[in-house]
Amino acid sequence: MAEGIPILNFLVPKEVLHEDGRLTGMLFDKVRAEYDARGRRQLVPTGEEPVHIECDDILVAIGQENSFPWIERDIGLEFDRWGLPKLDEASFQSSIPNVFFGGDAAFGPKNIIWAVAHGHEAAVSIDRFCRGEDVTQRPPPLVVMSGQKMGIHEWSYDNGVSLDLRYKVPHRDPSVSLRDIKAEVELGFDRELGFKEAQRCLNCDVQTVFTTSLCIECDACVDICPVDCITFTENGEEGELRQRLKAPAENLTQDLYVMDGLKTGRVMVKDEDVCLHCGMCAERCPTGAWDMQKFLLESAKTYLNGNGGHACRSR
Amino acid sequence: MSFLPKPKLHHPKLPTNALGFTRRDYEGAISTLCAGCGHDSISAAIIQACFDLDIEPHRVAKMSGIGCSSKTPDYFLGASHGFNSVHGRMPSVLTGANLANRELIYLGVSGDGDSASIGLGQFAHSLRRGVNMTYIVENNGVYGLTKGQFSATSDKGSKAKKGTINADEPIDLVGMALQLGATYVGRGFSGDKDQLVPLIKGAIRHGGAAFIDCISPCVAFNNHEGSTKSYDFVREHNEAVNRLDVILGRAPITTAYGPGELRDVVQHDGSVLRLRKLHSDYDPTDRVAAMNYLQERKAAGEIVTGLLYVDPEPSDLHASQNTVALPLNRLDDAALCPGAAALARVNAGLR
Repeated sequence: MAEGIPILNFLVPKEVLHEDGRLTGMLFDKVRAEYDARGRRQLVPTGEEPVHIECDDILVAIGQENSFPWIERDIGLEFDRWGLPKLDEASFQSSIPNVFFGGDAAFGPKNIIWAVAHGHEAAVSIDRFCRGEDVTQRPPPLVVMSGQKMGIHEWSYDNGVSLDLRYKVPHRDPSVSLRDIKAEVELGFDRELGFKEAQRCLNCDVQTVFTTSLCIECDACVDICPVDCITFTENGEEGELRQRLKAPAENLTQDLYVMDGLKTGRVMVKDEDVCLHCGMCAERCPTGAWDMQKFLLESAKTYLNGNGGHACRSR
Repeated sequence: MSFLPKPKLHHPKLPTNALGFTRRDYEGAISTLCAGCGHDSISAAIIQACFDLDIEPHRVAKMSGIGCSSKTPDYFLGASHGFNSVHGRMPSVLTGANLANRELIYLGVSGDGDSASIGLGQFAHSLRRGVNMTYIVENNGVYGLTKGQFSATSDKGSKAKKGTINADEPIDLVGMALQLGATYVGRGFSGDKDQLVPLIKGAIRHGGAAFIDCISPCVAFNNHEGSTKSYDFVREHNEAVNRLDVILGRAPITTAYGPGELRDVVQHDGSVLRLRKLHSDYDPTDRVAAMNYLQERKAAGEIVTGLLYVDPEPSDLHASQNTVALPLNRLDDAALCPGAAALARVNAGLR
């Protein structure tokens, strides 16, 4: 679309037209989407005249999925109703214990990042299986929380909040890219633009961690928070508590961060949904009750990380 | 990475007032006071009060002297007029500004050093003249900028961070304000904004000399065991006489009240001070009773807070001096130079 390519929707291919052995165009039937009682989409012809689009080339792009017609159905491998093998979601083990699946073959089409993750998990399963251990018992990941404070106003992460909107990846001039199939359309960020875009990072891995016993309830964090996400108030039922915070916490899928045990008997409530991770609360906290801690999670791996840990065992 | 300004981003649902401003529009520069300073909470309370009252920032003149407290006007109402005066001289500058232009809202911000020591005389005379202002003392009982010496409001027997005991009697600014004829006197605590914000709102809408003593713990030098101005001590000894709500005519406010007698005091400008009594025998319109009560509770070791005294029909300096209603900068040449005949008339009147 950015290159000015029109997207013509609700047209299904009907006929390829040609004259004297030369491609001249294509006919499409017009359809509309209808949903049945179960919400499934169906394309129904509108009955209008077919649409004729002239062209001198056709590119066929059709999605593909895994299918396993070549696996005999009598070898003990169970399939679900979409024709994919039935797997344990954590171990990727099939109904034949020594057969594991991963990638698109496991739970249908996903991207390559998922495929890599599946591979790691399946490798852990295979390792445990070969040792005669229960594959449903997963080794815990390594979790590290490390304080980021370096000075009164200094953090080891970049806590500045950028007000910039998203920077778009620059594109080659369409007059060039549309004529030359080999010309790369996306030019990529240059150093400066890439830096600016990276500055928009909200540092979601840096968590605000509250230590009740250190808090003197001076309200400094409440006053400085740019998005009003911290409140000190009486405890209450969650639904009602969400409404009487400094700003109502309306994203119910995001848990509130609540800590009790304060001297005045109130609770600290933080709405994580709007937090910018700017660290202002921790900078303004006189006692260090707020700390910015970087959260690092390393899932269990099958290989050694070079530090002598036993593969597949501890992390 | 360091000393960042407060991000301009705000909560997507941040409410706006009648002028279309959010609370964030009333903020100033980022505070350079110590982390956790009570003064920053008072700044936040002033910001909230001005937002709630739909005040146009350019209609406010904020005056201050010297000290931690007197730095704070930089940290709120960034779009208002300001004057950072000589140590202790804020009341004089404010009086002069008020005489020149009575149409602005005057906010005097001072500290216990600024008002109870070097500026004690200025403090006293601005109150007894009835200058229409809101005079807030951010009272932490200590000289924070010079590393924590006792100030004049430090209680006798209070312990310094290094262990010395204060031998001097404290100056009770609230008691003095009552004696000197202030027509709106309150005491708040920086750690209780629910109480402080309405106190400031009532003071801004008050048409005479309004004084608020706000206890504001100094986290760096006066928040330890043995201090009488620490968060813990004030919370433990806080005796609020009432809870205040300021109600402006335009919208009915529905606040859930617990048990306790309600009393509405209508100020001259129509604003209603709705007081929920916490002490049944306390009458905030009786100056003598208020003074007696304060002395009695003080002797019992309590810190009395709330709206302590209000005269709903105050008169101010302009009334007693019979000054011209128009700000001086809007008077034309004819009014400012009435000519020889007018001078002769004045001279004749003095013979």
